[in-house]
Amino acid sequence: MGKPTGFLEIQRRDRGYAPVADRIRHFREFVIPLPENELAAQGARCMDCGIPYCHNGCPVNNLIPDWNDLVYRERWQEAIRELHRTNNFPEFTGRVCPAPCEAACTLNLEDEPVTIKTIECAIVDRAWEEGWIKPEIPKARTGKRVAIVGSGPAGLACAQQLARAGHRVVVFEKNDRIGGLLRYGIPDFKMEKHHIDRRMAQMRAEGVIFRPNTWIGVDVPARELLDRYDAVVLAGGAEKPRDLPVPGRELDGIHFAMDFLRQQNKRVAGDAIPPEEEILATGKRVVVIGGGDTGSDCIGTSIRQGAVSVVQLEILPKPPEKENKLLTWPYWPTKLRTSSSHEEGCERLFSVSTKAFEGKDGKVNKIHLVRVEWNQDEDGRWQMKEVPGSEFTLDADLVLLAMGFVHPVHEGLIQELGPELDPRGNVKADTQNYRTSIDKVFAAGDMRRGQSLVVWAIREGRQAARAVDEYLMGYSELPY
Amino acid sequence: MNHSGLPRKQGLYDPGNEHDACGVGFVVDIKGRKSHTIIEQGLEIVTNLTHRGAVGADPKGGDGAGILLQIPDRFLREECAALGIQLPPAGEYGVGVVFLPQKPENRQRCERILEDYVTAEKQIILGWRDVPTDNSTIGDSVKAVEPVVRQIFIGRGPNCPDQDAFERKLFVIRKQAENHIRDIPMDDPAAFCIPSLSSRTIVYKGMLMSTQVGEFYPELRDERMVSALALVHQRFSTNTFPSWDLAQPFRMIAHNGEINTLRGNINWMAARRHAMKSDILGEDLDKLWPLIAEGQSDSACFDNALELLVAGGYSLAHAMMLLIPEAWAGNPLMDEKRRAFYEYHAALMEPWDGPAAIAFTDGRQIGATLDRNGLRPARYLITEDGLVVMASEMGVLSVPEEKIIKKWRLQPGKMLLIDLEQGRIIDDAELKADLAERHPYQEWLDKTQIHLEKLAPEVAPMPPAEQTLLDRLQAFGYTQEDLRFFLQPMAASGQDPVGSMGNDAALAVLSQRSRLLYDYFKQAFAQVTNPAIDPIREELVMSLVTMIGPRPNLLGLDEGGKHMRLEALQPILTNADLEKIRHIEPRTHGAFRTATLSICYPVKEGVAGMERALERLCQAAEQAVLDGNNILILSDRDTDAAHVAIPALLATSAVHHHLIHKGLRTETGLVVETAEAREVHHFCVLAGYGAEAVNPYLALDAIAYLSQRFPEPISAEEAQKRYIKAVDKGILKVMSKMGISTYQSYCGAQIFNSLGLNQAFLDRYFAGTVSTTEGAGLAEIATETLQRHRRAFGDPLELRDSLDVGGELALRLRGETHAWTADTIAKLQHATRSGNWKTYQEYARLVNEQNERTFTLRGLMRFKFDRPPVPLEEVEPASEIVKRFATGAMSFGSISWEAHTTLAIAMNRIGGKSNTGEGGELPERFKPLANGDSMRSAIKQVASGRFGVTTEYLVNADDIQIKIAQGAKPGEGGQLPGHKVDRIIAKVRHSTPGVGLISPPPHHDIYSIEDLKQLIYDLKCVNPEARISVKLVSEVGVGTVAAGVAKAHADHVTIAGYDGGTGASPLTSIKHAGLPWEIGLAETHQTLVLNRLRGRICVQVDGGLRTGRDVVIGALLGADEFGFATAPLIVEGCIMMRKCHLNTCPVGVATQDPVLRKRFKGKPEYVVNYFFFVAEEVRQLMAQLGYRTFDEMIGQFDRLDMVDAIDHWKAKGLDFTRILTKPEAAPGVAIYNCETQPHEIDKALDNRLIAEAEPALRTGRPVKIETPVRNTDRAVGAMLSGEVAKRYGHEGLPDDTIHIKLKGTAGQSFGAWLARGVTLELDGEANDYVGKGLSGGRIIIYPPRETPILAEENIIVGNTVLYGAITGECYFRGIAGERFAVRNSGAIAVVEGVGDHGCEYMTGGIVVVLGETGRNFAAGMSGGIAYVLDERGDFERRCNLAMVELEPVLEEDLALEELEHQGGDLETHGWVKVGHDLTRYDEQRLHALIRTHLHYTDSQRARQILENWSDYRHKFVKVMPIDYRRALQQLQAEKEQAEMRLTA
Repeated sequence: MGKPTGFLEIQRRDRGYAPVADRIRHFREFVIPLPENELAAQGARCMDCGIPYCHNGCPVNNLIPDWNDLVYRERWQEAIRELHRTNNFPEFTGRVCPAPCEAACTLNLEDEPVTIKTIECAIVDRAWEEGWIKPEIPKARTGKRVAIVGSGPAGLACAQQLARAGHRVVVFEKNDRIGGLLRYGIPDFKMEKHHIDRRMAQMRAEGVIFRPNTWIGVDVPARELLDRYDAVVLAGGAEKPRDLPVPGRELDGIHFAMDFLRQQNKRVAGDAIPPEEEILATGKRVVVIGGGDTGSDCIGTSIRQGAVSVVQLEILPKPPEKENKLLTWPYWPTKLRTSSSHEEGCERLFSVSTKAFEGKDGKVNKIHLVRVEWNQDEDGRWQMKEVPGSEFTLDADLVLLAMGFVHPVHEGLIQELGPELDPRGNVKADTQNYRTSIDKVFAAGDMRRGQSLVVWAIREGRQAARAVDEYLMGYSELPY
Repeated sequence: MNHSGLPRKQGLYDPGNEHDACGVGFVVDIKGRKSHTIIEQGLEIVTNLTHRGAVGADPKGGDGAGILLQIPDRFLREECAALGIQLPPAGEYGVGVVFLPQKPENRQRCERILEDYVTAEKQIILGWRDVPTDNSTIGDSVKAVEPVVRQIFIGRGPNCPDQDAFERKLFVIRKQAENHIRDIPMDDPAAFCIPSLSSRTIVYKGMLMSTQVGEFYPELRDERMVSALALVHQRFSTNTFPSWDLAQPFRMIAHNGEINTLRGNINWMAARRHAMKSDILGEDLDKLWPLIAEGQSDSACFDNALELLVAGGYSLAHAMMLLIPEAWAGNPLMDEKRRAFYEYHAALMEPWDGPAAIAFTDGRQIGATLDRNGLRPARYLITEDGLVVMASEMGVLSVPEEKIIKKWRLQPGKMLLIDLEQGRIIDDAELKADLAERHPYQEWLDKTQIHLEKLAPEVAPMPPAEQTLLDRLQAFGYTQEDLRFFLQPMAASGQDPVGSMGNDAALAVLSQRSRLLYDYFKQAFAQVTNPAIDPIREELVMSLVTMIGPRPNLLGLDEGGKHMRLEALQPILTNADLEKIRHIEPRTHGAFRTATLSICYPVKEGVAGMERALERLCQAAEQAVLDGNNILILSDRDTDAAHVAIPALLATSAVHHHLIHKGLRTETGLVVETAEAREVHHFCVLAGYGAEAVNPYLALDAIAYLSQRFPEPISAEEAQKRYIKAVDKGILKVMSKMGISTYQSYCGAQIFNSLGLNQAFLDRYFAGTVSTTEGAGLAEIATETLQRHRRAFGDPLELRDSLDVGGELALRLRGETHAWTADTIAKLQHATRSGNWKTYQEYARLVNEQNERTFTLRGLMRFKFDRPPVPLEEVEPASEIVKRFATGAMSFGSISWEAHTTLAIAMNRIGGKSNTGEGGELPERFKPLANGDSMRSAIKQVASGRFGVTTEYLVNADDIQIKIAQGAKPGEGGQLPGHKVDRIIAKVRHSTPGVGLISPPPHHDIYSIEDLKQLIYDLKCVNPEARISVKLVSEVGVGTVAAGVAKAHADHVTIAGYDGGTGASPLTSIKHAGLPWEIGLAETHQTLVLNRLRGRICVQVDGGLRTGRDVVIGALLGADEFGFATAPLIVEGCIMMRKCHLNTCPVGVATQDPVLRKRFKGKPEYVVNYFFFVAEEVRQLMAQLGYRTFDEMIGQFDRLDMVDAIDHWKAKGLDFTRILTKPEAAPGVAIYNCETQPHEIDKALDNRLIAEAEPALRTGRPVKIETPVRNTDRAVGAMLSGEVAKRYGHEGLPDDTIHIKLKGTAGQSFGAWLARGVTLELDGEANDYVGKGLSGGRIIIYPPRETPILAEENIIVGNTVLYGAITGECYFRGIAGERFAVRNSGAIAVVEGVGDHGCEYMTGGIVVVLGETGRNFAAGMSGGIAYVLDERGDFERRCNLAMVELEPVLEEDLALEELEHQGGDLETHGWVKVGHDLTRYDEQRLHALIRTHLHYTDSQRARQILENWSDYRHKFVKVMPIDYRRALQQLQAEKEQAEMRLTA
């Protein structure tokens, strides 16, 4: 275990960011890693709890105390081994995870949590650097073939696990590059894309075959997969964005966040965007509707593109700065969270609802808004009410809709296969065997659970892999 | 045929669990002059031992008493003549006392069988005589099973050349008749039994109270009845079932105590059957089997063994030394020849180990011996006219003082023998020297003894490469935790590792994971009926020496020097050691031959193959022995991808029992070479089931690998050495938990409870082990084993380069399941903080579901809602139910002030009870707070350390709880390291800041059930209003102990589960000792109901209770009250960090660190919320079950059922029939607590003392009282002191306000908890426990003026004097017994000699010994000072120097006169002055104390010393604890600095 008294002696120190003025000039990662000795010291803060709440808070159940201790003892190579036991892609989560583990950390109850995410990221970055990460090629192949539809974190995790269990795995991706949301949803300044490429290389060595530019249900009939493969895993994400059907929605300059973000990532990747398709914030007054992580990504991207101003709208009230930990810990609390993008210059409005868009020449230039109030009804449910007379407007040249996703896209694949859906429109499957209502078809990740975190997608991918393995072989020794 | 008085085995009740302890005594005329007076005196002794016995529900039904005499020839001759029987001359005939069945046909049958054997053995039947009995005074329960008592007279046959041969023949006849009749099913209330059959002695005994012996057998009052000796016994059994045959004396002995190693002793005796040959017994030897019948008491078994040895030609004394040897190993004071004697005999027989005072006789000699630890009292006196009186205590026979020439006691391991034919006393030294000289034992040893350590070195195999190591570790189920929590810390520190917060992981049988077979065995431990040992402080009695290889013929008296013997100093073998054994043949010229047997079998044979493999193994073992191999190594080194190993434990036990069965076990040694064993517990179970030595090669290989990766790397050899040392320490601790001191007797003793294994499996491979719940069998064990093997040699992704996570000790989500998880804790905390009932329900649902998902035994129980429900509003209110709740015993010290007082306030608010835990309570907490709250803990705990147990503390209790054991570490003591003893904790515990405190494993005033009864009496005297509670831990047999506790008049008993427990404990104990409470509680309720005792005692259950469902199941299984520890602690903020032992609790609960304590966020409201939530859940279940009141629900076993369909491959074999057997209560017998105990304190002498002291109590006016006293006056002064403390607190009255002068022999616990202001001056002598808990009073004891004895050479007070004394002073003119001033916190005492273990665990006070001390003085002494007069200059060898240093008493400057004269005259020279600045002024202090001693006792010794002070001063040695000096110097420096600041 770390150092018994470490938490009393050592202050939390986390990775810093490059100064705003510098970092908004490029699209690269701007996090400054901690020096090695500082990481060891931070690892020493871990108390190796009898019940590691972090380990429970983490969706993939990372063995956090175990590798914290190894980092404290500077046994990095063993640390990556322990980290990889539960997480196929710590370099992704080490960058983009909101770290529910840190909310659950016992030190967070009284103090500041251990810098778990930073340590995780450092372990895997170091391991790549040292060349410790090698393909894990199975000793024998089973001869079974598995198709995975979707190459986001769920699909990739599932593919890697299945390949290591000796199955022949093919990953289908409708986009031109592998990675799904990791590739085209998360801006490069949060996660550079070579991280994905490096994993692809490892997975190729392990026997995974990637088929980008293959849109199952559109380019290729899904039936074909059922014929040619022993199992099919649907891991296509929940890509249907929530829309805002108010007057003026049809105006130019109002876009879904993903369209905006994808374009920028392609640009960074060196692709040329046809001018008529370009969505750019450069020189514009940008309004981002939606207060979540995607909203933040839009802010950071807009600022880097040179927006004149950025305003973010949130319909919910402003959460408290500090939660009552006695009643929330170790769970994920509602509190005001300020992302690095927020720091880069943006205005945030809470309790605001959009009434209409107004434009000129078919192009948006103004948003009509109203303030709202939230009250609990008799059953304790929150009800929203507009505040009379509080209407106001904002100027806007570019409006980005970042209000989340409702469910997977139904057109194409799902319509063709016709698996049973849950009431929210997701593909129905449980978390024990991940099987859909269609024989040999499994579902995992956002496509099954609805929009969620990368780390949840990895969990589902891994667990679905075990379920598939068990389905194919009658038993499985993959971890559940 | 069994003891028909005992109920049959039913539910969990098993008559095999009975324990007893007793009063024992004898009187003998040394010259062998027979008289009737001796018999009368014998009867008087047994009558005066009445308080050491017990009665149960029937006030006239005793536990048994009896008397053994020489054959009264004249009486019998005349009686027989009247019947027409002509007796041959004395010595030529034998008399058998026979208990016969009541029904004539049965009786005749028994008589005929007996007669047939007499005839067959060619002896002469002279006739039968009816023994007149008068049962008018005995109880009905006893009468029902009363046997017909007859005597048979047998004449010596021509085939017996002499009386000894005749005695042997009678023995052979008796054994055959008993064995024959035992096997006949006979329907009769009374059982057949032959209490005696001898030409020398005769036994009159029965299921009697001591006073009834002479009444039941009127002929004992006949003047013609004469004897030169009378051996008497009064039994205290833990049950009340009349069993006439278990009354004592037996044929040769009367025993007070308990043989802990019984199971092993019986097995080993059986194992010898074929190896045993006797020239003397010849072919008769074969007729004796079974030598020891199953189902007898330990004493009866011992008697059987002794008889065999004597019949086989050993002298009585020799046989006793063989059975109960002194602690000979490592005793520098023992004579070389005597040591050789013992060492030689060690190979013949493993000790019968346990607390024992055994009086024995064959009619020609009579004597007594004490176990090596001296754990039972035995005092004796000798008169000028040749009478010796020996008894458990003094004062049992009125002998005029002026006739007594010697008063002494039996010392540990010593023997007293009176030879009536020689007409003299043979003392221990003479008798043992004589025996030791008889043969050249040392020479024999030199010829035959081979020490493993001294054999030439061998080369061990090299550890495998990393990947192979990993595969092997996985094959044997190693997890990362095994490396992290066990191997690494053990190899790094040489210590058995420590953990916190109990065990909440799934039971092995309920676990989804593959668990090792060891996990299905739980360690048994001593509670109440025998004491645990402190293996560290009392190391001198412990031994790990193991004998590997064949044993010599037990009865081969002249075969000395022929059998080679291999010994090892301890049983854990390095890989090189094992090679020495494997290749021993050439090195010992063929004396030893070793065969290695592989315990592996082909994987392809699968689960079913294991049974066949075991069979093959047993056959191979048998053949190997028959082929002349005398050491067998069972090895799993052949494990590979194609071969799986039978679990080493299973293989070992199977082979061990197979060889016992074949009578071959003592022909061979059994060594286990296994990869499996790594934890201390593993080695213990292997030893318990027969392994003489174990080589844990894989653990050692892993350590070699790890040692290079330590933060500070050490050599592989050093790491392995430390690991073995840690294992050894751990084994010693586990052995001592059960009170066993030698590995040799532990080996094969099977001191384990199985949990979750089925009986058929146990019967087959672990014979003698009992299953309470049924469960897994060979198929499941084999499945688990193969699962591990497949995971290791298959290719699971997770285990390719890493071990399984484990998760048993710290939760891991894919590891072992736990009850407390992030979610259950979060929900519980959120619910109680916000008062949200819905969140509580979520919590309860999670926990209850978890239980149902096979976590705990109760999880598998289901309510039977088979009665109409009642409306919720008609159910008893929650506010009543919460009164049944208590919080667990957690000391202020283990948890913070905030955490402790929050619980107390909360419990006082709801009318429940909080518990002080061990370590006292600050008096300011006794007063209510301004807002009406109270921080007073209603339950005051009295634990073995007795810290802070003052009179004031006791009178401020509602319940006084005697903690016998605690769930996390039953049978173990504790230690509070010096750095945790801050100023406040030191104040509460009456100790010194910075000085470590040790709680001994046993209560030194409870070595048996009768002692417990005494302590209950003492405490009841101090505070008659308080309920006296006894806390036990669940294990097989706990119900029987609880019945004994009820008979000892406890008002309350707590049955704790093994899983509870907070604070630091060795992981071995947390995980492996004790059983779940469901088993212990059910057994307790069943046994109490069968005994008709349930109504008078309140039963509390404790251990891992979390929800209302738990409470209801507890109630249905028989609990009145409920203890909660972990759950309320979590409510206060505990988050199960399991770091209590590190003092780093991040939520301020289990820490004394002021910084961390600030983080404490708990509030009493939260705790109140919790208990009301639980009560509400209880109410809802009650409504569903149809109960309006809680009482209706108690003990209704039939409302529970087992969940039918258990969807769990291992657990499906579980069967709760035994747990859920509802005991049939006789009509009118209560099954919940609704009656009170008869405490008999109204007869105490103190009632009169209080009346006479009334003026002093009321107004403080001094009073003087004079009174005679006798041994039946127990705890004199305790009740009076309670009165003082109630009115005046710990401060008490001014010195000597109540002066009581007594004359006579005081009973036990004289001056217990004597308060300040009370002086007891005793002209006479006292028994054990004088001044226990002394709280400021003064005790003076001197021998009567008229006695001719020299006070300084005779005993004046018994054992365990001043135990837990807080303050006060004592002057004893004479010598004290063992453990003088044990755990003394601050009293001052002067005494003229002490026995072994003087000043043990002392933490304060001053002891002056004006004479010799026994061995092991100052063991564990962390504070206080002792001055010992060391005239012979050998004190250093008797002193345990682990914690103390010896210094001279230096001559001091006369300038210090000033100090001496400060106090004025002696009358007021109180303790304050001598206690001033203990860092110096030794001479003045010592001189003053001796003067005071002289003043009070008129001691000649003191006078002589003072008159020759300059000669004597330098003969004194000062015993100074090292830590104490450091702490005192620091305190003194602080004080001086403060003074300087003041003056500056």
